[in-house]
Amino acid sequence: MSTMERDVLTKAELDALVRERREELAELEALLEAWQEAYDATPKRDALFSTISGREVKPLYTGIDRAGADEAEALGAPGFYPFTRGPYATMYRTRLWTKRQFAGFATAEDTNARYKYLLDHGQTGLSVAFDFPTLMGYDSDHPRSLGEVGVCGVAISSLADMEALFDGIPLDEVSVSMTINGPAIILFCFYVAAAEKQGVSAEALRGTVQNDILKEYQAQHAWVFPPEPALRCIVDMFDWCSTNAPKYNPISISGYHIREAGATAAQELAFTLRNGFEYVERAVARGLDVDAFAPRLSFFFDVHNDFFEEIAKLRAARRIWARGMRERYGAKDPDSWRLRSHAQTAGVTLTAQQAENNIVRVAYQAMAAALGGTQSLHTNSMDETLALPTEKAVRIALRTQQILAFESGVVNTIDPLAGSYFVESLTDELERDALEIFDAIDAVGGVVPGIEQGWFQQQIAASAMRQQREIESGERIVVGVNHFAEGSETIEIDTLKIDPTVEKRQVVRMAEVRSRRDAAEVRRSLAGLTETCRGDANVVPKILDCARAECTLYEIRHAMEEVFGAYKEPVFF
Amino acid sequence: MIDTDKKVRVLVAKPGLDGHDRGAKVIASAFRDAGFEVIYTGLHQTPEMIATAAVQEDVDVVAMSVLSGAHMTLFPRVKKLLDEAGAEGVLLTGGGIIPEDDARALEEQGVGKLFGPGTPTTAAIGYIREWFAAKERA
Repeated sequence: MSTMERDVLTKAELDALVRERREELAELEALLEAWQEAYDATPKRDALFSTISGREVKPLYTGIDRAGADEAEALGAPGFYPFTRGPYATMYRTRLWTKRQFAGFATAEDTNARYKYLLDHGQTGLSVAFDFPTLMGYDSDHPRSLGEVGVCGVAISSLADMEALFDGIPLDEVSVSMTINGPAIILFCFYVAAAEKQGVSAEALRGTVQNDILKEYQAQHAWVFPPEPALRCIVDMFDWCSTNAPKYNPISISGYHIREAGATAAQELAFTLRNGFEYVERAVARGLDVDAFAPRLSFFFDVHNDFFEEIAKLRAARRIWARGMRERYGAKDPDSWRLRSHAQTAGVTLTAQQAENNIVRVAYQAMAAALGGTQSLHTNSMDETLALPTEKAVRIALRTQQILAFESGVVNTIDPLAGSYFVESLTDELERDALEIFDAIDAVGGVVPGIEQGWFQQQIAASAMRQQREIESGERIVVGVNHFAEGSETIEIDTLKIDPTVEKRQVVRMAEVRSRRDAAEVRRSLAGLTETCRGDANVVPKILDCARAECTLYEIRHAMEEVFGAYKEPVFF
Repeated sequence: MIDTDKKVRVLVAKPGLDGHDRGAKVIASAFRDAGFEVIYTGLHQTPEMIATAAVQEDVDVVAMSVLSGAHMTLFPRVKKLLDEAGAEGVLLTGGGIIPEDDARALEEQGVGKLFGPGTPTTAAIGYIREWFAAKERA
C-alpha cells in the first residue's frame, strides 16, 4: 500500500509492533545473559580496558544500549542538523579532506622551498609554523629571541619576510593556515599586505589564522596581551573579515593544544566548544549578528590513540556545537550550526624510541580522523620527537594520508560507523561528559574567571599526572618505551639540523628593512594604532597601515601593549 | 632509598619563549611527591631570572625543561650565571628535546645529566638523590 493510502497505523498494528519489539528485546536479553555467563566464566587478560582518557569501556555493546535512543534526532543526515554524521551532505564523495602539513623553519626562503616541495608532492593546502620569537611577538633581533630564531618554525618579523614566505605561491589559489595566537592579528595583517603586493585582494583569500587566545591561557601559553584586549582584537578580526575577507576563517577554535597539554578527550571537547561559545558571546555582545560571523568559525581537534573515542569525539563535537548555536544563540543560518574542523595526529603519542613505530601510530590516528569526518588533516612525521621533520619523514606522513584516501576504501561511504552500538554509545557519553564540564565551568564563573583562577590549567595538569602515573606503573603500555623496548637502546635516525647562521641572516635582513623604510611613516602609523587601541574602533585597518609602512612585528606589538599591557600567568604546578 | 635528613631543594625552570609546560609541571609534581622541596619559576624565564631565583631560593638543583631546540644557548648561559654568582655547586640538570650529542657536549661544559622523551620521572629523581647524597657525604 502506498503511503498516501496508509500513513496512520491502527491501534492493533501499533500494539503488534510494540509486542514484536518487546519480544526482540527479550530474546536479545536472554542471549546476552548467556553471553554474560560465558564471559564471566572465561579468564581475562590483566590489562586496562579503558581509553587513554580513563573512560571504562564495556566488553560488549548491543542494541540494548541503543534501545532508548532516537537515532533520527541524534544523527540526522550528513550536511543537516545536528551534523553528527558530517558537516556536508556529500563529504568525501565530493571532496577529500585537505592534506595540510604544518611546516616552517629557519628563514622565509627556506620555508618557501619546503612549501614548494610539499605542494609538488600532493599537499593541497599550506600551514605555517612560526618560530617562538614570532609566536610571542618578538622580532628576530630582539634580545629575548637569542638562540631561538628559526629553530622551531619560520622567523617572520616584517612584511618583507611574509612576502618572501609566499614568493611564487599565488595566494588567490592556495589556501594558507597560520598557526599564531598572541600576535595573530599582526601576522594576519602581514599576510593580507603580502597578498596585496601579489595583486590579490583580501576578498579572494582562503585560509585560516588560529587566533584562539583562550586556549593559550589554558594550555599552550603563547600569549601577548591580557584576556580582555585580546578578545577585543579577536572580535575586531571577526568583524573585519566578515566584510573584507568573506572566504577566510578568522579563527580556528582549538582542542589540539588542550589535549596535548594533558587533557582527556572529554575535557578537550568541552573546553574547546565552551571557548567557541565564549567567542560567539563576545561578538554578539559587541553587536555583531551571529549569522554574519559564525559560518566562518572553524575548529581544530587532536586525533589521539584511542581509535573509537576520537571518532566519537568528532561526531559529538558537531552535534553539541549545532545544538548550542541553534538553540542557545539563535543562529538561523545552517552554516552557523555547521562545525568544520582540521585535525592533527597527536604529537604527544610519538616516541623517540624506535621512531619508525610512529609511522604506524600516525596511520591509525589518521584513519580515525577520516572516520570522524575531518575536513583537513595534518599527519605527524616519525622524527618529530627529536627534531623538525626531514623531507623524507614528511613525505611518508603525506603518503600516509594518500594511502588512506586512495587505497583503504574508508572514504567511499559517509560516516561508516554510524549505527555502531559502541560508537553511538561513545558519542552520547562524550556529549554528556562535555555538558557536565560546561556546568563545572559555569560554576567557577565562566571561561575568563576560570582562566584567572587557574581552573582549566589545574584540570589539565591533573589529567596529565594521571596519565604519567599509568605509564610509569606499566598499566598503560607505550610500545618501545615501557614495553617491547628491544631496539630502543639507541636512537638512530637522521634528523633535521637548523642552519646556525639563520639568526645572523635575519638580523641583517631586519637592519635592511629598518634602513630603507620611511621613518616618519613608521612613527605615524604606530601612533595611529596606539590611539585606536585606546578607543573602540576596529584595529585591523591601523595594523594594516603599520604593516604596509614596514613596521616590524615587535614595533606593532609594542604600540598595542602600551595600551593593552602584557599578560602575567597565575603560576602553580 | 638513600637516607638523608635534609630535603633537596629544586628549582624547576622554563627558560626561553617556549610555553609548553606539561613536562615541567609533571616533573615538578613528581619531585614534590618524591619529597623534594620544589619551586617552579613559571614560563618565559630569562637565564638571568633563573640564576637569580636559584640563588635567592638557595636551591641545590636547577632543573630546566627545554623543548624548543635552544638548549645549546640556554644551558651554557645559565651555568655561566650560576658560576658567576658563586653557585657553582648547584646541579644544573633538565630534560626535553635534546639530541644525545648535544647532551654530551653540555656535560663537558659542566651541565649534569639530561633526560629525554620516554624517561620515567623515577630516573631523574634517582639521579638527583644520588648526586645529593654524594654531595652531602663530601
